[in-house]
Amino acid sequence: MMNILVCISCVPDTTSKINFTENDTEFDTNGVQFVINPNDEFGLTRAMWFKEQNDANVDVINVGEQENESVLRKALAIGADRAFRINKKASDSFQVAKLIANHIEGAQYDLIIAGRESIDYNGSMVPGMISELLNINFITNCVKLEINGQTVVADREIEGGIETLSCKLPIIIGGQKGLVEESDLKIPNMRGIMQSRQKPLEVVEPPEIQTKTTTNKFYKPEEKNEIKMVDSNDLDTLIDLLHNEAKVI
Amino acid sequence: MSILAYIESKNKKPKKNSFEVVSYAKELSKKLSTELIVLTINIDNHSNLEKYGPNKIISVNDIALNNFDAKTYADVVSQVATKFSISHIVLGGGVDSKYMAPMLSVKLDAGYLSNVVELPSNVEPFTVKRTSFSNKSFCDASILSDNKIISLASNSFSTIENPSNPEIIDFQVKASNSNIKQNSIDLVQGKVTIADADVVVSAGRGLKGPENWSIIEDLAETLGAATACSKPVSDLGWRPHSEHVGQTGKPVSTNLYIAIGISGAIQHLAGVSSSKVKVVINSDPEAPFFKAADYGVVGDAFEVVPELNEKIKAFKAENN
Ligand SMILES: Cc1cc2nc3c(=O)[nH]c(=O)nc-3n(C[C@H](O)[C@H](O)[C@H](O)COP(=O)(O)OP(=O)(O)OC[C@H]3O[C@@H](n4cnc5c(N)ncnc54)[C@H](O)[C@@H]3O)c2cc1C
Ligand SMILES: Nc1ncnc2c1ncn2[C@@H]1O[C@H](COP(=O)(O)O)[C@@H](O)[C@H]1O
Repeated sequence: MMNILVCISCVPDTTSKINFTENDTEFDTNGVQFVINPNDEFGLTRAMWFKEQNDANVDVINVGEQENESVLRKALAIGADRAFRINKKASDSFQVAKLIANHIEGAQYDLIIAGRESIDYNGSMVPGMISELLNINFITNCVKLEINGQTVVADREIEGGIETLSCKLPIIIGGQKGLVEESDLKIPNMRGIMQSRQKPLEVVEPPEIQTKTTTNKFYKPEEKNEIKMVDSNDLDTLIDLLHNEAKVI
Repeated sequence: MSILAYIESKNKKPKKNSFEVVSYAKELSKKLSTELIVLTINIDNHSNLEKYGPNKIISVNDIALNNFDAKTYADVVSQVATKFSISHIVLGGGVDSKYMAPMLSVKLDAGYLSNVVELPSNVEPFTVKRTSFSNKSFCDASILSDNKIISLASNSFSTIENPSNPEIIDFQVKASNSNIKQNSIDLVQGKVTIADADVVVSAGRGLKGPENWSIIEDLAETLGAATACSKPVSDLGWRPHSEHVGQTGKPVSTNLYIAIGISGAIQHLAGVSSSKVKVVINSDPEAPFFKAADYGVVGDAFEVVPELNEKIKAFKAENN
């Protein structure tokens, strides 16, 4: 039976307005709903398919504080078997990678699914760091994943196309849309939600890890200039503006 | 303590963003009063890199490195970094560099920051501005470790000429064998990719169906642009996933982004906001995108786009 770990980053819902507090040093969580990072959601559904096809154990893990538990419960309601929360505010990718790597070392996972990037910190760092810490194969920007026995065949999106790669388990992937389609995403049903309450959610107290980076201050993008409207019967003016004013054509 | 700029290659030539990467690294080396070393892998002609000021170019040539493999490449870069006492590594924002960078950071025990948009505002601690929340904001972040790696957000830094006469060092590496095998590669021929494009022509659900995309492709061809689309368009299968841009798709930071029949939902805007100039064509004057754009045309895409295409063609014919 395949043993799968899905790494789940809890991020502000994509419709969130982004504001900061504490002199712009902290993200303002007021009124913000946290969700499973979209790239991880594709990975979680892919893991569910493995489970349906060949039977598998699916664990989910998050490095974060208690408020993330509702997101982990959602992953359990979608069908994950066990959840682990490493009780540490995620402030540095290396720290997150190291804590997840510690967990992986103590278990025996065949497949570890993370996302290509988290939509809050946008690091594209955690899965690659885990792979190097544990010396296991890593494929990112993964848009297709098939496993047959011990053999993995995966498609990676590259600039201008797709590359098909193969290797042996164990592997960690950085997944994205394509692993499954948007319309395939599993949504928790009533039964799943009921069951999720009984499923184990283990809180792990982590050791201190030396961080390598800090985030100090946030800025909102500068306000845009007023838009210039051009009449649809006067497209020459648009071309003139793009050429002489914006200098982009 | 030196700066290493690693640049990606395509068909044995530096990729387009290389000059941006080298220019940034040169400015950084001035700030830190140290030398700039540029690392090339399987590039046969360095002359156009010399314009941007490297003190040395380390040239690695090895057929074992013909295909990009992240682990093998990380290994090569780390051998070079160790051999030449590198303290700071600068990478571009291409998919290969971003694949390799986290592995490299663990190998070299280096702090790593991605999507950097400016030169460091401070050297001690080393502090740079980067994007966060999918371009909905920026942040200042610091690297605390001795060794440092940064990758640049694309199109965030302009090229600066700084002609030099670098020493070229042919460097032999031990290319490790990868456990990952490349079975095949499938490239769309003759199309500009979103990552490489100066102009992106993007269309949304307002186009009504995939059969109507020829007006978009024609305009893109006239402008030498890449084509892109909103998320529902790729979800519906009208266009390939690789064209989906936005917060959950690809980020776009081009000089010119033309959005046609796209309403301008917050998730879409997040991914394209760092493009320099945005033009919106939409039949609904209330479409939210107009609030986030530089130029707008209210009109029916099926009329405006073909007409605009003809006019730009004529304009280009006259001005070239
Ligand atoms: C978790 C999540 C993540 C998301 N991530 C992304 C993302 O990364 N990227 C993304 O794009 N979206 C994303 N979305 C979807 C986003 O919320 C919007 O639904 C989507 O961007 C709308 O696409 P659209 O503008 O093509 O379609 P619509 O909103 O349907 O807009 C169509 C527009 O076309 C105009 N129009 C109609 N007919 C014409 C005509 N003849 N000529 C000119 N204009 C016309 C209309 O006025 C309208 O403004 C995400 C949503 C969620 C929930
Ligand atoms: N705090 C976290 N807990 C668990 N997984 C995480 C965490 N942060 C990042 N990840 C995983 O790493 C992927 C890439 O994140 P990032 O490196 O932050 O862009 C995410 O899609 C998750 O799968």
